Amino acid sequence: MKASQLPDKQGHFGIYGGKYVIETLMPALEELEREYRSACQDPVFQEQLKYYLRQYVGRPSPLYFAENLTRRLGGARIYLKREDLNHTGAHKINNTIGSALLAVRMNKKRVIAETGAGQHGVATATAAALFGLECDVFMGEEDIQRQSLNVFRMRLLGAKVIPVSSGTRTLKDATSEAIRDWIATVETTHYIIGSVVGPHPYPMIVRDFQKIIGEETIEQILEVEKRLPDVCLACVGGGSNSMGLFYPFLDNPGVRLVGVEAAGLGIATGRHGASLGQGSVGVLHGMMSYLLHDADGQVHEAHSISAGLDYPGVGCEHSYYKDAGRAEYVSITDEEALDGFKLLSRTEGIIPALESAHAVAYAAKLAPQMAKDKIIVVCLSGRGDKDVNQVAARMGVKL
Amino acid sequence: MSRIEKRFEQLKSRNEKALVAFITAGDPDLESTRKLFTALEKGGADIVELGVPFSDPLADGPVIQKAALRALKSGTSLKKIIALVAGIRKESQLPIVLMTSFNPVFVYGANRFVDDAVKAGVDGIIVPDLPPEEAGELESYSRQKGLDMIFLLAPTSTEARVKRIGNLSSGFIYYVSLTGTTGTRDRLADGLKEKVEGIKKATPLPVLVGFGISGPEQAGKAAKISDGVVVGSAIVRLVEECQDPVEREKRVISFVKEVKRAVLGSG
Repeated sequence: MKASQLPDKQGHFGIYGGKYVIETLMPALEELEREYRSACQDPVFQEQLKYYLRQYVGRPSPLYFAENLTRRLGGARIYLKREDLNHTGAHKINNTIGSALLAVRMNKKRVIAETGAGQHGVATATAAALFGLECDVFMGEEDIQRQSLNVFRMRLLGAKVIPVSSGTRTLKDATSEAIRDWIATVETTHYIIGSVVGPHPYPMIVRDFQKIIGEETIEQILEVEKRLPDVCLACVGGGSNSMGLFYPFLDNPGVRLVGVEAAGLGIATGRHGASLGQGSVGVLHGMMSYLLHDADGQVHEAHSISAGLDYPGVGCEHSYYKDAGRAEYVSITDEEALDGFKLLSRTEGIIPALESAHAVAYAAKLAPQMAKDKIIVVCLSGRGDKDVNQVAARMGVKL
Repeated sequence: MSRIEKRFEQLKSRNEKALVAFITAGDPDLESTRKLFTALEKGGADIVELGVPFSDPLADGPVIQKAALRALKSGTSLKKIIALVAGIRKESQLPIVLMTSFNPVFVYGANRFVDDAVKAGVDGIIVPDLPPEEAGELESYSRQKGLDMIFLLAPTSTEARVKRIGNLSSGFIYYVSLTGTTGTRDRLADGLKEKVEGIKKATPLPVLVGFGISGPEQAGKAAKISDGVVVGSAIVRLVEECQDPVEREKRVISFVKEVKRAVLGSG
């Protein structure tokens, strides 16, 4: 089977993926897969999705040639896929519009979501407002502190933000709590997962809703450069923007796919979010994938300056790409990401999300090593407004 | 015949229902678990279910989540729990079931886990996040080694799934009485009787009702319409509330006795 045809019927990417959940949820996963497959074949659903992505989200997002950044780095030509220009300021909305339409199709009146940085929570609250759905967002208490702006945005949009005080009080525990809610409410509620993680069919569905990033990129780069890029680069937390960019390039082996994980305080400190680089195979949140855990199988706390990369697991399809050698995974520290954040702001007038700044920072390392006729596409997954307070605090600036 | 089967045979011949008592192993430490096991046996539990603590227990409510954290803090691991069972087996023949998330088992090595568990005297395993779809290797190796693999059914289970799981499970069927995580509730779920009857038509295995059973009254009612009950969070809360070890064991014994009376009275 070609990699692009995965997952298999049972929802596996090689050994990865699957459905590791309590029986209570299994029928709902079966129903979701059935409904999703029928929606894929339904021209009315597809038209609706296309309509909202164009008229509401603002797609296609531009593929912008970052001329100043390219000149500054003195190597490969850098293009930015501008997901930061989407409505709500990140790629997350591509998935939540599609998933909310699925909820409506399944006649579920309530949606729930987990969120780290708050981007997926905002995108879910937005889609819920648009389609008239009740919306509860689970968010770690720690992240509520870090991302107060997004918390208020969600409330403005009519969503309820539910603080999660268990465990590490970050994205991992928000996800666990959302799953626990879903176990209790599965008959009336649709769970909108924010990344290419969770039990099958979620990794497949989220990838499919995000692959528009890569599909547009192919069309846009062919138009200006008349050829495909040499490298596609994106940050990886759960891995949805990277999967969205990578997936359409999968069957073009000439295109290098590079995912950038969070090295946090430095790989050697053990305080990072580099599941693919440093983890080993395990099972968390309904899937088998690379995972940061100890010799007894207890899950480690991840660390990253960016709440969106602060997760000890990673999308199962990435694990498959890693083992198959189809994608490479590198990492960028908090400090390097901050440098990337400032670099893009100064050279291009674009303030990136701290998550996306990891990809920018790696591009800044890679581009100078490449010839000037080579092409790198960086997925600028989100804008940095949400991070301005945090960065100011780190720079010792009082706002 | 396995210890679990034997126990159900005895119960059947006496026309009694089963009481399964759950505690989290290592809460607050493994030495206490050793003593609490004896307390559960003295109280009249027919089977003891030991919870293996996991950092992210998705099927558990707050009471058992907190117990898992306490157990992890005291250094509990799957390996140490298996060793604990080996120690208990020198003195007790009460059936023991481990309930664990899949990751600790996966990291231990599924086959190695089965070998070590059987050797120690574990009779059955419940892995809530391992549905039949993913259970392949662990299920077949457990079967081969005579370790009962007990699967869950839920109120949401379709007829096809009831049939499949009824065929695959061994020891007994664990029926999750409500759509939700573990933890006590004010009352039993609606339609419990019909659901249990439906499952009993699909499988010859005993059907036990768990999740949400808060005390003697509900246990009695649930046992009346099934083959027995699993009581977990209510006991774990007692363990949490009582700091003094001697007092703790006393209270656990008397609570389990009370539940047992209600279960017997249901027959």
